[in-house]
Amino acid sequence: MTEITSLSLFELIKNIKEKKISSNEVAKSFIDRAQKSKKLNAYVTENFENCLKLSKEFDNKPNFDLKLPGIPIAVKDLFCTNEVRTTAGSNILNNFVPSYESTVTQNIWNEGGILLGKLNCDEFAMGSSNETSFFGNVQNPIAKDLVPGGSSGGSSSALAANLTPVTIGTDTGGSIRQPASFTGTVGLKPTYGSCSRYGIVAFASSLDQAGPMSKDVKDSSILLEVISSFDKKDSTSIDFKRNNYSSDLTRNIKGIKIGIPKEYRVDGMPGEIESLWKKGIEYAKDCGAEIIDISLPHTSYALPTYYIVAPAEASSNLARYDGVKYGLRSSGKNLIDMYEKTRSEGFGEEVKRRIMIGTYVLSSGYYDAYYLKAQKVRQLIKQDFDQAYNKVDAILTPSTPSSAFKIGEKSNDPVSMYLNDIFTVPVNLAGLPGISIPAGTDKNNYPLGLQIIGKPFDEQTVLNIAYSMEEKINYKNNINDWWME
Amino acid sequence: MDGIMSKNNSEYLIERNDNVYEVVIGLEVHAQVTSNSKLFSSSSTKFGAEPNTQVSLVDAAFPGMLPVINEYCIKQAIKTGIGLKAKINNKSVFDRKNYFYADLPQGYQISQYKYPIVGEGNIILDMPEGQKHVGIERLHLEQDAGKSIHDVDPSNTLVDLNRSGVALMEIVSKPDLRSPDEVNAYIKKLRSIMRYLGTCDGNMQEGSLRADVNVSVRMKGSTDLGTRCEIKNVNSIKFMQMAIIYEANRQVDLIEEGEEIDQETRLFDTKKNETRSMRSKEDAHDYRYFPDPDLLPLEVTDEFIDQLKSEIPELPDDKKKRFIDDFKVSPYEATILVSDIDIAKYFEEVVAKMGKKRDMKLAVNWITVELFAVLNNKNIEINQSPISAKNLAKLINLIKNGTISGKIAKTIFELMLDGDIDPQIIVEEKGLKQESDPKALEVLIDKIINENREKAIEYKQGKEKLFGFFVGQAMKASGGKANPQLINEILKKKL
Repeated sequence: MTEITSLSLFELIKNIKEKKISSNEVAKSFIDRAQKSKKLNAYVTENFENCLKLSKEFDNKPNFDLKLPGIPIAVKDLFCTNEVRTTAGSNILNNFVPSYESTVTQNIWNEGGILLGKLNCDEFAMGSSNETSFFGNVQNPIAKDLVPGGSSGGSSSALAANLTPVTIGTDTGGSIRQPASFTGTVGLKPTYGSCSRYGIVAFASSLDQAGPMSKDVKDSSILLEVISSFDKKDSTSIDFKRNNYSSDLTRNIKGIKIGIPKEYRVDGMPGEIESLWKKGIEYAKDCGAEIIDISLPHTSYALPTYYIVAPAEASSNLARYDGVKYGLRSSGKNLIDMYEKTRSEGFGEEVKRRIMIGTYVLSSGYYDAYYLKAQKVRQLIKQDFDQAYNKVDAILTPSTPSSAFKIGEKSNDPVSMYLNDIFTVPVNLAGLPGISIPAGTDKNNYPLGLQIIGKPFDEQTVLNIAYSMEEKINYKNNINDWWME
Repeated sequence: MDGIMSKNNSEYLIERNDNVYEVVIGLEVHAQVTSNSKLFSSSSTKFGAEPNTQVSLVDAAFPGMLPVINEYCIKQAIKTGIGLKAKINNKSVFDRKNYFYADLPQGYQISQYKYPIVGEGNIILDMPEGQKHVGIERLHLEQDAGKSIHDVDPSNTLVDLNRSGVALMEIVSKPDLRSPDEVNAYIKKLRSIMRYLGTCDGNMQEGSLRADVNVSVRMKGSTDLGTRCEIKNVNSIKFMQMAIIYEANRQVDLIEEGEEIDQETRLFDTKKNETRSMRSKEDAHDYRYFPDPDLLPLEVTDEFIDQLKSEIPELPDDKKKRFIDDFKVSPYEATILVSDIDIAKYFEEVVAKMGKKRDMKLAVNWITVELFAVLNNKNIEINQSPISAKNLAKLINLIKNGTISGKIAKTIFELMLDGDIDPQIIVEEKGLKQESDPKALEVLIDKIINENREKAIEYKQGKEKLFGFFVGQAMKASGGKANPQLINEILKKKL
């Protein structure tokens, strides 16, 4: 039999239900592999002992009606987990242990999932390479000293390295899709309002959305079905009819109209990205889709808009980390001195940069020129998509403008780092669902992803297109476990 | 002559070197919404609990916690808006007001900035010289902060978050007030309306009602507004009035000395009776307001508003009109009777219990004179009255039907205070029933005239003042029980 850790979620569930393997065996296999994979630095906090205990309890009293029967799952360390340390990749929450559970993770445990541990991420999800984490860089299992993407870098690394069968990330400007693209895995950002934000450490409230990350499309559909729910504890959660995403999954996408936005052909885009996109169009055609050229005229404003809106919200969301109530507190001569020392020591450079940008754009005298203008442009970007969706059912683009880069390569050049999000941020600004699927490799044999963007609440079409294209692309990660000795 | 002059009862003018100044006042009242739970969380709002026992994860701003609007507080704010005859906005927006303070866990207060839930309205004040309309600029909802306690620990400031997140209505008046007396009337009327509506208990001691006072001065007759100073967080009407008087005179003095008034925020020191600068306009916080992305814009339909309108009880102005029309009380009496919902309730209950042969004059007098004196003495509110409306009505009826005299009634009233005793029982037990038998009274009066022969002659010779003497003697002889009207009649006949 294939190694347990390389099985897909779907296969694991099948094997557990057929009693071919136990939950405890599955947990042991992933934990064993994680013990040998410390070099990846994917974990911030391990929950291994407790996971083994809970898996035994599951085996003693199994419930095979659950959607994730006894499946161990590691999650991004942005989800608050009851009695398990939650750091958001920051020193300021280094010692923070929540007394509550995020809705999304609670949904997983309710369906039989078991927490393996908390995965590394960029500090407060601010970054595209996992290099802003207080807990250090994460290695991409694809090759040594390659970033796993970010901010859900620990999640993509752990997933690609088979340390967890599936995982969940959060996506504010591409933080699920970009790391999925960098690691040859699948990452789905659902429609804003699909997954509750309750208990997720906030970065930019109007953009943040949790979503599944998995080895294949089917697994994402299973996980989305579990985590997407209407939640009264989140006022932006939306009460819409959710599909049974996994059982409704189909490869029949004949006649579906897929738009190709000309504005995504950006200056300086590497030839290999261009050719990947072209290949993707051919695959989509092969699947029976109709390809239609479309225009999203305000695309070039998306990145600057995002880098006003997201830092503005972040500057306010992060004000609560002040040393008064929980988390790190540095001693100071007085209240202001304590604030300054706590936040200077507690936050890293990138977080400070964004707090300063956000504070600036909200300041009196600048608000109209930056924040208000950005909100107006955001509406235009949204309208672009609305108009496009009069003609097409979904949109196909590259996920990222390049493959994974080397650790340190862009860490001193924030703007070049921000450019990584160029294809993903418009989707967050418009609140749409988007998936990244592996579609090929570059000249170094590093994975490249394609992004499928859908209509609001139409995750099913996005998944169906991805599911059928995945079969045609037939991508396989070539990972040689280089980090193990 | 330097000094303060007043043309009529409530006008407030300041005179310096032949210049006459008037004071222009606007109030920002912070009224705590009557609600069992907070504006965005389910924590209790009960006053006086142990510190930090009514704090949810949302109130303490734990990571990932999100605000969820309390619909009841929205209804309360809309009802208050209706009570202020104000425009209710179908769409309003919650903004974040960002600043750092130890008792502000989120690092921002959720408030309404550009789009408040309630727009322009007005309040009618009953001033001695007539009615005055005061404009309402807006009413918006916001969270209260926690409480910093500086005087318990010698080296630390302690924080109590029980109040953190409690719903407040900020009610902003137009700069229409011109004197400390009008401020007094305004606060009392606003408080009264909210108490009628049940939207704020108006308890100033518990901090349910506080105000920021904006004060400026200008030459009498001018229509320009002077530079204003804002006096923060004053928590009693008396202090508001003292602060205004101090501040207005300070500003006039500056102008008279040819100096400019700085627009600034000031604090009122209640011990020294003076205002002090807290921060200038230049140092003013930049609150970086922006719409709270955790909350969608608040939309209320016309149906929702209409439903609330149908639930609005009779308010003071309407009640006053009805009291005047139906009960024939004077406008002055009506103003007093409707000034507080519990007084109005008590009065109406007395009226109802008096039955068909009701005597309004007696009812008004017994409530506003005798009962108010007792309440004042005991420093209690009318809803804690030691005498129930039912028993007071009985007492009034006993006077009205001649069973007891007004004087005896006062004695009985005193006795009723001890446990709300039925006056009928007191009358019976103590034998206080009025003597109204003419024969018995004639015997009594004959005896008194006989004992005071000389005075009777003097009376007949024209010393009419002595009539009162005889009445007094008769009453005394009867132990106060004699029917005074009968005594009068018999005396006139016999003398």
